[in-house]
Amino acid sequence: MDTATQPAGLIRPLSRSVLPVLVVVALVAAGAFSFAVAGSINIPIVIVVGGVVNLALTYVVSRRAEGHRRAVDRTATSVITTLMVAALVPLLSVLWTALSRGTARFDLELFTETMRSVVGEGGGAKHAIIGTAIITGLASLMAVPIGTFTGIYLVEYSRGGRLARVTTSMVDVMTGIPSIVAGLFAYALFSLIQGPGARSGFAGSVALALLMTPIVVRSTQEMLRLVPNELREASYALGVPKWRTITKVVIPTAVAGLLTGVSLSIARVIGETAPLLVAAGLAQDTNLNPFSGRMTSLPVMSYYGYAAPGFPPEADYERGWSAALLLIVLVLVIFTVSRILARVLRPKGLR
Amino acid sequence: MTPSTTAPRGPLGDRVFRRLSVSAGVTVLVALAAVAVFLVFRALPAFTSAQNEIGVGGDNGEGEGFLSYVLPLLFGTVWAALIALLIAMPVAVGVALFITQYASKRIASALGYGIDLLAAIPSVVYGLWGIFVLAPVLARNVYPWLGDNLGFLPFFSGTTSTSGRTMMTAAVVLAIMILPIISAISREVFTQTPALHKEAALALGATRWEMIRMTVLPYGRSGVIAASMLGLGRALGETMAVALILSPADVISLKLLTNQNPNTIAANIALQFPESTGLEVNTLIATGLVLFAATFVVNAMARRVAGGEVND
Repeated sequence: MDTATQPAGLIRPLSRSVLPVLVVVALVAAGAFSFAVAGSINIPIVIVVGGVVNLALTYVVSRRAEGHRRAVDRTATSVITTLMVAALVPLLSVLWTALSRGTARFDLELFTETMRSVVGEGGGAKHAIIGTAIITGLASLMAVPIGTFTGIYLVEYSRGGRLARVTTSMVDVMTGIPSIVAGLFAYALFSLIQGPGARSGFAGSVALALLMTPIVVRSTQEMLRLVPNELREASYALGVPKWRTITKVVIPTAVAGLLTGVSLSIARVIGETAPLLVAAGLAQDTNLNPFSGRMTSLPVMSYYGYAAPGFPPEADYERGWSAALLLIVLVLVIFTVSRILARVLRPKGLR
Repeated sequence: MTPSTTAPRGPLGDRVFRRLSVSAGVTVLVALAAVAVFLVFRALPAFTSAQNEIGVGGDNGEGEGFLSYVLPLLFGTVWAALIALLIAMPVAVGVALFITQYASKRIASALGYGIDLLAAIPSVVYGLWGIFVLAPVLARNVYPWLGDNLGFLPFFSGTTSTSGRTMMTAAVVLAIMILPIISAISREVFTQTPALHKEAALALGATRWEMIRMTVLPYGRSGVIAASMLGLGRALGETMAVALILSPADVISLKLLTNQNPNTIAANIALQFPESTGLEVNTLIATGLVLFAATFVVNAMARRVAGGEVND
């Protein structure tokens, strides 16, 4: 706004009070339009039409006062700001919906009761909470060591050799595996061992581990690359063997980032529904054995709450929304804590 | 990173640690190979057995074979993902521009956090939100108007759905879900625009928008394209939102506002798999293999465009 493109005096910048006036004019016009077309004030129409009218007005007024280029600049600013706001609307709406619908059954019973022999109201998500904890925990137990060591291999050991290049591109492919395909794989694997129709918590966690591993590898690679080479060289110069250098110098330097990466990968898979629907299934009661029998998780419970409700359906809808809300809270907590951790634990000297 | 002190034969600890790292890398390869082998193995019956037995659930016994079973699904998958991309891409670029070029540093990081949150919300929640909130709102306020006024376009023709469980609603939700991926990567490439280019443009008297058009957008173009393709790949495989929202039918149709929508591969698996047995399972796994192949191609193209620069 402050770059004079013409000799001073030729431009009369729009005064700040003009733009709000334009917004009001545009909204009134849109309201009238909506009334004429739909017979009532239709809020979506008012917003859309009002937005377009406002853009046009801004352009015309600004053009008269400031010329074509500035008018285009103002219009671009408005469009981009509108897009930004438009992107935030669904986020707020989703959070608000989950809050307002999920709180109805967000009570103590949700944590202490299962769905065993529950018809209609009552019941809870205890079995699903335990199921999610077991399945996600086992998946992390598999994916975190494998992913971290693969990252260490790629950054610290490989010298751009063939194996490293193949591994890198296969990690890329793995990132792109659709989650439901991971579920199908786990089912195919375990139905071979346990016979057709096999569903188990462990099968679910294998599917999740498959989705989690590439995320862990990526973040490990990224974080290890941030560690300055001088640290490694100083350690080698002191005669420290390579593996001690990695465990005592490189990893402690990058530990905040590594932890963040792991927790983000957990946040990413904890809400996965499709693979668990296929590989772990739905059960009404707590199942503590991941190797046999179906095991419910929070997202699957939420899905069936809507997809296959009992009668009356409201009780199942409410439980489904409560499970969804619990899931959102879990994800947000993991997500936020890991972001804060990353900032607090970031070693001095990096960035 | 690889100083000469690391001779192949070091102390015992070194050899063990090295072995551990290498075998982790190999495990990843083995796992991926296992995915391919098991899926192909379980999918084979769908290709080899009598083709008139192929069919899942209601449309069993149509006797048309695997190809005619999977084609409408593949069409629905690609169609939904393309519409979603068409909606998401301009918004994502706008968001990325706002965050990198317009907002102050503080607001930018708060907004970035908000957009990242969009990516963290579980897909089943989007599905529930789509069916409980978005579908009724669109069906009440937007679809009738589109159907009445733009019904001459093939996309908006046909009987407008009153439930809102249409391809359009599914695509909008998919767009919201892939928006964070596209905008995150676009943001990254936009911030990497050399400051000298931007300052040079401004010094020559360019307005902010002219500066963006002359420096930021050309510099970030390949990144944005790659990001969009990664988003497309994500949209292809997205399951639960579509499974919850769409009211599916066994059709190939471009109409976006009706109750007769082509289903997507992933949603179809989620809906049919829990009830399926025998050859039906093999057929569904075979469709999953087709989906895997489609996403693989799209992601590979994205990486090629980006020249190995962009990771999601």
